[in-house]
Amino acid sequence: MAAAFDPSGRLPDLFTSAGTSSFSAFLSKAAPELLPGRRPLPPGMATDLTPHATTIVAIAAADGVVLAGDRRATMGNLIAKRDMEKVYPADAFSLVGMAGAAGIGIELLRLFRVELEHYEKIEGAMLSLDGKANRLAAMVRGNLGAAMQGLAVVPIFAGFDLAATDPAKAGRIFSFDVTGGPYEETGYDAVGSGSLFAKSALKKRFRFGLSVDDAVRLAVEALYDAADDDTATGGPDLTRRIYPVVMSATAEGTHRLTEAETAAIAGSVVAGRTENPGG
Amino acid sequence: MAMQFYASPEQIMRDRSELARKGIARGRSAVVLSYTGGVLFVAENLSSALHKVGEIYDRIGFAAVGRYNEFENLRRAGVRMADLNGLSYDRRDVTGRALANAFAQTLGAIFTEQSKPFEVEICVAQVGVTAAEDELYRLTYDGSVNDEPGRMAMGGQAEAIAGVLKSNHRPDMSLGDAVKVAVQALGSVGGEGGAARTIAADQLEVAILDRGRAGRTFRRVTGAALTALLDDGEPVVESADTPAGSADSADTAEGSDS
Repeated sequence: MAAAFDPSGRLPDLFTSAGTSSFSAFLSKAAPELLPGRRPLPPGMATDLTPHATTIVAIAAADGVVLAGDRRATMGNLIAKRDMEKVYPADAFSLVGMAGAAGIGIELLRLFRVELEHYEKIEGAMLSLDGKANRLAAMVRGNLGAAMQGLAVVPIFAGFDLAATDPAKAGRIFSFDVTGGPYEETGYDAVGSGSLFAKSALKKRFRFGLSVDDAVRLAVEALYDAADDDTATGGPDLTRRIYPVVMSATAEGTHRLTEAETAAIAGSVVAGRTENPGG
Repeated sequence: MAMQFYASPEQIMRDRSELARKGIARGRSAVVLSYTGGVLFVAENLSSALHKVGEIYDRIGFAAVGRYNEFENLRRAGVRMADLNGLSYDRRDVTGRALANAFAQTLGAIFTEQSKPFEVEICVAQVGVTAAEDELYRLTYDGSVNDEPGRMAMGGQAEAIAGVLKSNHRPDMSLGDAVKVAVQALGSVGGEGGAARTIAADQLEVAILDRGRAGRTFRRVTGAALTALLDDGEPVVESADTPAGSADSADTAEGSDS
């Protein structure tokens, strides 16, 4: 990377050219080895090389959107990590989480966050929510080769659309497949190994026009249902005090619930399930 | 074959310096100073879209005077360098000093190698934990760097402005006082017959690096928040709280003197 600088210490022409506002497009010229999709992989399956991140749920509320993820990463039948974080703020008004090959996923999301920030700084204006989703789709598509060798990463993107005319529709969710996407989802969505169970739970419980607080509770319930039936998804770990990561994006920006808040919600969900295991 | 006239290197450098200095002196000025809550940038700017002040990284800001296309070119390069280093290492490893060095080398190389130097003067500011740890670097058209003590002025009649700034500025000022001192200093020159003048809020570009904030500290202070600061000095940082750039239009216009 440092090789991109010439011996005089002067910024190379690539940096000063009018060029592009996209950081990944710049990176593809300045330091292509830093792009996840640009590394040649030796042939063969690589599924077992990296832990697998599991379930994320997204729920649209009346005045925003909620994204929550469990904390487990698995390698085969083993738990690789109990307190992994898979949900991040992508920028001031959007959230992103991922399931799949953890190493590549974390790198991809890190790059995506820099991509959004870079555009904003260069252009002096934020990308539209659809623009952000399309950028993420392109980055997922760039990883297709690795995905075909077992290192698939599937993100989920949710954000508050500042350009929305109807405030009730400002919270939007986008899902992706390994070839890109994006697909806009209505109401709720989930990705990862436990997503089947989380979505089944949300199908019965989701209503339009939820408050953000209700959506948060619903997300933690859905993650509990996923953990209930999927061994790769971790439920609230009361003994180690490890709880889901829950974030919201509203007109005020993104917000991560404090550990005390998620502990209270997880505690009440677990208490409810002690009464009635089916919720 | 036409005979080349001989020009001594000294003469060439003098000519280039003169060209750059004249270009910079034509434009409106900018000041950068430390205050209790962070680093304040105030530039006189008639355009609300073509910025003289910009964000580079979490705790690093940029201000410039002179030719817009030239300093905008450097700002973009700085953002690219900062984002590349921040991605390769860690966000904490991006420093104002490294950026100032890169800009200095670039400006120096352009000054000696190209027939026309950049007609710009630049400030790279990094906000520290306390006002004493703030770093302000002044970069001039020939690539020289100066570490400024908590305040600086750039552009036409910068020395007069710096004089007013020096006598009024203290690093423990509130934001409201700091903005008033900065605007007073900018207005101390350029009036009729050398008199002071008042500068309206819509002719000012104001931004801060907010010391107390984690992550990206750069915020523009615009509209009602700026008017309130200029009127009574009440720090209305809350309404300046929108994330950087969210309300601004893209600056895609052609470069021009600004």
